This record gives sequence, C-alpha cells and structure tokens, in this order.
Amino acid sequence: MSNLFDLLVAGLATGAIYALVAVGFTLLWQTSQTINFAQGEFVMLPAFLMLAAMHAGAPFWLAIILGILLSMILLGLGFKLLLVDPMMRHGVLPLAIATMALAIGLKEAVKQFFSAEASPFPSIVPTGDISILGHAVSLQSIGVLVVAIVAVFGLTALLNRTSLGHQMQAAAQNPTVARIIGVPVERMILLTFLINAFLVALASLLITPIYLAKFSSGEVLGQAAFIAAIVGGFNQVRGAIAGGLLIGVLDNLAAAYVSTQYRAAVPMIFLIAVILFRPQGLLGRAEERTV
Amino acid sequence: MISFGKPLKIALGLIVIAGLIIVPMNFNRYGLFILSQWAVMTIAAMGLNLTLGYAGQVSLAQGAFVGIGAYAAAVMTTHGWPLPAAIVVAIVLSFAVGWVLGYPALRVQHHYLAFVTLAFSTLAFLVFRNESWLTGGIYGISNIPRPHIFGFATNKPLPFYYVCLGSLAIVSLAVWWLIRSPWGRAFMALRENPLRAQSLGIDTRRYTLMAFAIGSALGGIAGGLYAPLTQYIDPVPFNLSLSLDLLMMVIVGGAGFYFGPFLGAMIAVLLPEWLRFTEGYYLMLYAVAVMLLLIWSPTGILGILDRYLAERRTKAASALRAVAKSRLETVQ
Repeated sequence: MSNLFDLLVAGLATGAIYALVAVGFTLLWQTSQTINFAQGEFVMLPAFLMLAAMHAGAPFWLAIILGILLSMILLGLGFKLLLVDPMMRHGVLPLAIATMALAIGLKEAVKQFFSAEASPFPSIVPTGDISILGHAVSLQSIGVLVVAIVAVFGLTALLNRTSLGHQMQAAAQNPTVARIIGVPVERMILLTFLINAFLVALASLLITPIYLAKFSSGEVLGQAAFIAAIVGGFNQVRGAIAGGLLIGVLDNLAAAYVSTQYRAAVPMIFLIAVILFRPQGLLGRAEERTV
Repeated sequence: MISFGKPLKIALGLIVIAGLIIVPMNFNRYGLFILSQWAVMTIAAMGLNLTLGYAGQVSLAQGAFVGIGAYAAAVMTTHGWPLPAAIVVAIVLSFAVGWVLGYPALRVQHHYLAFVTLAFSTLAFLVFRNESWLTGGIYGISNIPRPHIFGFATNKPLPFYYVCLGSLAIVSLAVWWLIRSPWGRAFMALRENPLRAQSLGIDTRRYTLMAFAIGSALGGIAGGLYAPLTQYIDPVPFNLSLSLDLLMMVIVGGAGFYFGPFLGAMIAVLLPEWLRFTEGYYLMLYAVAVMLLLIWSPTGILGILDRYLAERRTKAASALRAVAKSRLETVQ
C-alpha cells in the first residue's frame, strides 16, 4: 500500500507539470489552430535561459524572473509574430511542420551555444521529506503540486471570472462574432501565446531540477503533453488538466506494475483507445468535422 | 502542370537520369553512401506522398514502416535468404500493417489521425527495442549482407548505389502509373471531397485503407534497401524523428506533386551535408531554411514553380485575349 501511495504522489507531481504544458498546448490550438510540435522544446529552453542568467552572475530569483520574461518575449511574442502569423492562413499542416523544424532548431541551438551535456539545475523547493499520514513524501513533489495547482487555478479564474478571460474565450470560440461585438481578437490571441510561454517557463522551472537541463529533454515532455491534451479533450482547459494528471499517474503505475521496457507503451495504447472510442476526449465537447 | 514542350521535358529527364548514373562513378565511399540514402529516402517519401499528398491522410508513422522493412530484410538476409525475397516479405508485412493502421482513418481525420499514427510509431519503436529475440534489442543486427544481382556482387558502394537507383526507378514508374490510373484519381477525389467521392460511387472505405497500405508498402521497400545499405541496424534510426523527417520531406518538396519527394529528400539528405562546412551550425541552418521556405511557400518548392507557371499561363492567356479583342475591334 505504501508503495502505491508513493507512486500516486510522484505521478500526480509529474502529471501536474504535464498538465501545465498541455493547457498551453490546447490554448494555442483553440485560439489559432496551432499544433505546436515544439512545445516540449519550449519547456526545455527556459531552464537554459535561467542558467545563462545565473552564469552571467544574477542571483537565482532574478534569473527566474529574467528567464520567464525572456521566454515570454521569445516563445510568446517572437513565436507568434515570426512563425505563426505569416503561416496561420495556410492551414494547419504547414504550420505544424514548421514547428517541427523549430523544434530541431531550438535543440541544436542549445546544444551548440550551451552544452550537449546535462547540467544540474537548482530547485525552488528545499530537498527533504515530510511525513503525511505516516508516509514520507518528498518536499519537491509537494512543492511542484502546489505551484502547478496555484497556476492552474489562477488561469481558470482568469478565463472564467474576468472580463479579459471572457473576451479570450469569445475570441477562441467564434472570432468573427467576437470581432463584431468589439473584442480585440488579435490582442487576445497574442495574450494566449504569452500565457503559453509563461506556463512552459513555469513547467521548466519545476521539472528541470528533477530531470536535469538537457537539450533533448523536450522530446519526452512534448509527447506526454500531446497525449494529455488529447486524452483530456483538445478543446477544454480542464480536460487538459485532467489528462495531464491521468497520464502522470498512469506512467508511474505502468513503470511499477507493467514493465519498465513497455512503460511508454501504456499511455500510447490509452491514447489510441481514447481517440477511437471518444475522439473528443474524456472531458471534451464534440467538435464539428473531427469524426 | 509544367508547360515546357514535351521533347524538352523528355530531354531534361534523360539528362538527369544520365547524370545520376555517370556523375557518381568517381565519388568516394561517403558520397555514394549519401546518394544511396537519398534514393532510399525518396522511395519512403513517395509512399508518404501517396498517403498524404494524393489521398490526404496524415500519417506520422512512415518511419515505423521503414523500420519494419529494414528489420524484415536484416533478419531474413542474415539467415541466408536472398534480398529480393526479403523485400517481398517486407512489402507484404508493411502492406498488411499499413492496412490495419488505415482503420482509425475511417473514424477520425486530420490531427486526431496524426496522433494515432504517432502513437503507433512509438509502439513500433518499443517493439524493435524490446523484442531482442528477433531484433537484437539495443545491440541491433550487424553484418547484413549485400545482395548478388544477376550474379554480380554488390558489396562495393558503387554497385549497391546502382541497386538503390534501379529500385528507385522501378518504384517511380509504378507510382507514375498508379497516380494516372483510376486508383490515383480516386485517391485525389478522397483528398479533395470525400463526400462527393462517395456519392459518385467510389468506395471511400476501401480506397482510404488502400492509400495507407500502398504508402506503407513503399516505406517497407525503402527499409528493405536501408538495411543492406548501412549493413547494421538498431532501433534508434527508426524512432519518431524519422517519421517527422519524412513528413517534412514531403511537405518541403511539395505534397501532392509527383516530383515533390525527390526534391524534399534531396534537401533533407543533401542540404545538411552541404552545410557541414558550418560545423555545429548545420542542423540549425537547415531548420531555419525549412521554416523560411514554408513561410514563403506553404505548398513547398514545387508549389513556387507551380504558382509561377500558372501566373505565366494566365498572363499569356490574357495577352492572347487582348490581341483577339483588338483584332475584333479593327475588323469592326
């Protein structure tokens, strides 16, 4: 039993990070039909920006702020203006291919300008264990869960409770009508790109202390985020959250109970089953023309 | 599509073919390896172009079929079977698996289909890596022999390059015939308007499955040549990034254009080699080049040519019309 409890906690912690990445992924899809194949690399990059700031002599807290700001400029504003805007009107596929090229470019740039080796990354949560219900739980897992939950609640509150959030939803659901009733659709789309950049930078800050900073670490993360987004529902923020947590837990349980060799197969088979039997996702609404 | 005179087109084709046969004769080992790789990747990309470019079904699993073909060829030839027999098995195997993979396409489309095939690609990689009784696991299969064709040994790089080139020629002719046959037209109908295709009596179900199966079979052929080309295979080259690379080749060359895969494979295989003088920067420059190209022309390189020719044709047509109009006016 204690083993199962530990696995659940660890699974929820990684799942919470997947959820952050998956939420950004679905936001981009909803507002601009962007399937971002570079989303995993978007998580890899901010850690290196923070490391670079620290190498330049900045203290850790300042490096975090600089890293998040720089990611919002590069991965939010830059990504939208330089790649998405010129390609959006040409349909989904060319843009998706362009993001694949972007993923290669980001990986190679980090490898070339920083290092091909894995670098350690300081944790924002102190290491050590605390006792919950007689179980030793690592502070890192708790910290990751708390930060991710706060971020997700903040985002849902922004989307559902504020006028800005309602405008964003309107821009995503029906841009034409939104424009008629005076919503600045372009600005709302830009805002979702900035939010995505903020979320991936946060995910980077949380996951890098666990898996180290490496140029290739985005590949696995990106795939996990895709799967989480689809399993939960491509067109729903809360679907992406549920999908992220589910995939995190499933992945950890599969590693313990199925086999380490085929642990990666379990989320894939689950994904295929969900797409075939419930393509709108576990929590999603049916979209027109998906089936 | 291309409005040069027919004799000019034939002459151009002959020059390119002659160039591909004669020029590599004094290439070194590595140059021949790269050119052979181009031929092999072109075959795989042509398969994906059938599935994606002509029939409009997104697949992120072409790399997995190259893997299936490569393992079939490696396992059989190291057990003493001749390569042609192994390639036939590779074709049958990838055709069958491709057919099965086509079933999700009957239910879901576009990005959903892309993710099903992506998941399949990862599953295939796990099987290559973990079933070590068959595939040698992470240690792979080494000492894959190169075939004897009509009694000629093709162990040296140049003869084996000709094997790859010859296979490319056969596949190209077969695909040329296929897209001009009623089947090819049915594939295009499937891409352009599946509903109308169905109402015209085309069995869209069967043609969707066929598009997947034939495209995958070409991936299998490419794999069957890849194994004796490298003479050593392990799971790593057949992971998801090969599928993504092949997809990039098709889109960059021009999806739905017959010559698209030739150009796309050339850019994906040769451009990084040409950029090698930039040392560590070459893949970065390659990525930037692909993005710039897609921003400029989302329909790929042949899309640029196609647009240019269409424009010229419109101009020529309107010039003719103007002349005809002025003549009409002078008569009156």
